[in-house]
Amino acid sequence: MKLDLRLPIGLMFSIFGVMLLGFGVISDAAIYQRSLGINVNLWWGVVLLIFGLVMLGFALRARGAERGTP
Amino acid sequence: MPQIDLGSIDYAILGVYFAFVLGIGWVVRRYVRGSEDFFLAGRSMPAWIAGLAFLSANLGAQEVIGMAASGAKYGMMTSHFYWLGAIPAMVFVGVFMMPFYYGSRARSVPEYLKLRFDEKTRGFNAITFAGMTVLSSGISMYALAKLLELVLGWNFHMSVGLSALIVLAYIFLGGLTSAIYNEVLQFFLIVLGFLPLVLLGLRDVGGWDGLTARLSTVATNAGYPEGAWSSSWRHLDSAASNPMGVEWFGLAMGLGFVLSFGYWCTDFLVVQRAMAAESMTAARRTPLLAAIPKMLFPALVIVPGMIAIALHATTPGGLLPAGPDGTPNYNLAVPVMLAHYLPSGLLGLGLTALMASFMSGMAGNVTAFNTVWTYDIYQSYIRPGQTDRHYLRMGHAATVFGILLSVIAAYAATRFNNIMDMLQLIFAFVNAPLFATFLLGMFWRRATGHGAFFGLLAGTGAAAVHHGLVISQGAPVGLKGGFLGTLLHTYPSEMAQNFWTAIIAWTTCFVATIAISLLTARNKSDDDLKGLVYSLTPRQQDAALPWHKRPATLGVIVLGLTLVLNIMFW
Repeated sequence: MKLDLRLPIGLMFSIFGVMLLGFGVISDAAIYQRSLGINVNLWWGVVLLIFGLVMLGFALRARGAERGTP
Repeated sequence: MPQIDLGSIDYAILGVYFAFVLGIGWVVRRYVRGSEDFFLAGRSMPAWIAGLAFLSANLGAQEVIGMAASGAKYGMMTSHFYWLGAIPAMVFVGVFMMPFYYGSRARSVPEYLKLRFDEKTRGFNAITFAGMTVLSSGISMYALAKLLELVLGWNFHMSVGLSALIVLAYIFLGGLTSAIYNEVLQFFLIVLGFLPLVLLGLRDVGGWDGLTARLSTVATNAGYPEGAWSSSWRHLDSAASNPMGVEWFGLAMGLGFVLSFGYWCTDFLVVQRAMAAESMTAARRTPLLAAIPKMLFPALVIVPGMIAIALHATTPGGLLPAGPDGTPNYNLAVPVMLAHYLPSGLLGLGLTALMASFMSGMAGNVTAFNTVWTYDIYQSYIRPGQTDRHYLRMGHAATVFGILLSVIAAYAATRFNNIMDMLQLIFAFVNAPLFATFLLGMFWRRATGHGAFFGLLAGTGAAAVHHGLVISQGAPVGLKGGFLGTLLHTYPSEMAQNFWTAIIAWTTCFVATIAISLLTARNKSDDDLKGLVYSLTPRQQDAALPWHKRPATLGVIVLGLTLVLNIMFW
């Protein structure tokens, strides 16, 4: 069995999600003037984190199934 | 333009991405045991992975930057590159051509030409293709490094060196498997990195309706009908009523038929991804699965350019910096938009997406180059009959010198702009007629080796002669056309000129190949051509497959959706 590509994709986007979300929480609100006053780091961080976790979830489930659950 | 300052969060995102790219290369290195693993990923890719890689390899930085630039310059008509050009061609390659490419077990497009026609046709295609891949990866490296220098103040040498080293490392380690896996990663990154830009931009201009209203100002200011920037078909009745300067026939034949089918059906850079698929059905589904996201890409790559020009026209002082000739510098549409909307954090993600698109394009070129070099040039003409290990080693070496040649090309582009433009033009002449050769080769068993080879030469010659006798409005005589001394016609735009060059090259090659084939004896018997020509190959039996895995069904669905999009944005 080759590398399940969903694993690195899920991992990378989860990391990006956490980074952006965290930065969105601590960053100064003034930098969001250009993004129409929306804290885009926070919101897009959430989107990326969800995407990453879904990918990870699929990868882990496939791995579990391969080990042979009863 | 003012330089963009990156924060540490932006560098951190870029760093994480680099770590993953290299990490994938490191993990998959153990799959490489023989040359087919290195060059064709062991023909083991599931259709969805091959499909996303098929898409990503084409989505280089020049595509992202260039499509946004065209979106700004020509508006919604740019979508024809997708909805009229790419998608129908992708359906055609999946349904009609993959059975021959994959079924013949050819390891490359030039090798198919050898099996179908003869050695000289293969040699001609292999050598021009190898030259073109190195040149285009060099030129896109140059373009990216220049852009990063301009907007981020990064050192040109550092950008070239760093990007070359990373691409080198992951291809060297894992060959095509590594390139394909990374292309899938890059695909998601490009989509998720550019999407916030599109969403913010559309929200800012008031959605599609707001964008249309602003674009009508752009159109009327430039002397075109109101909807010229926001509709794709409505203003194609004459070349004078749209900014692209083409009428429907030149567009449909030149772009829709010759150029798009020529690229998607014969360019080994994309076809290689489908050849790496795990089975015949997977290979046939690869371009079809790729077509589904592809049809939505105009929203991702063209709309940002349209928003940029809309803001440019309705903001006092403009948004895009002026180029040397006073018109807006359309190539800066993407970086300007990134800087305009994205704060630190998302800005890093957007730039990483730009880097990802660059790397996927460059890796596509390098993997196609090392395969064609090793199988079609080295194994065929320099040292045939060696062990598989020997060719695997050559593949590693070809990766290194392919990238080295790209770097040289990138530096040559900084010093000898004219030579680079000239080489690109020559390759365009060689490519324009190629689709006629494949079409006849796959569907007419009477086509001969001499017919194919001399037909190609005639088509290439016709392209050069046409280009030399015509010019586009306002262009200087020389590389832009007219170099043969007499001007027979002046096209309203460079694009119209290119479309017609392609049409003439294709037609000449088509007619010449038929004529010469009829005058020469067949060099391949019906037996030789089994699996290579439509009428001599058993039909694919798909009745046992579920409907969503049948290539023909998928093809019809894809074409139907594309038709809907064309009508929606008529």
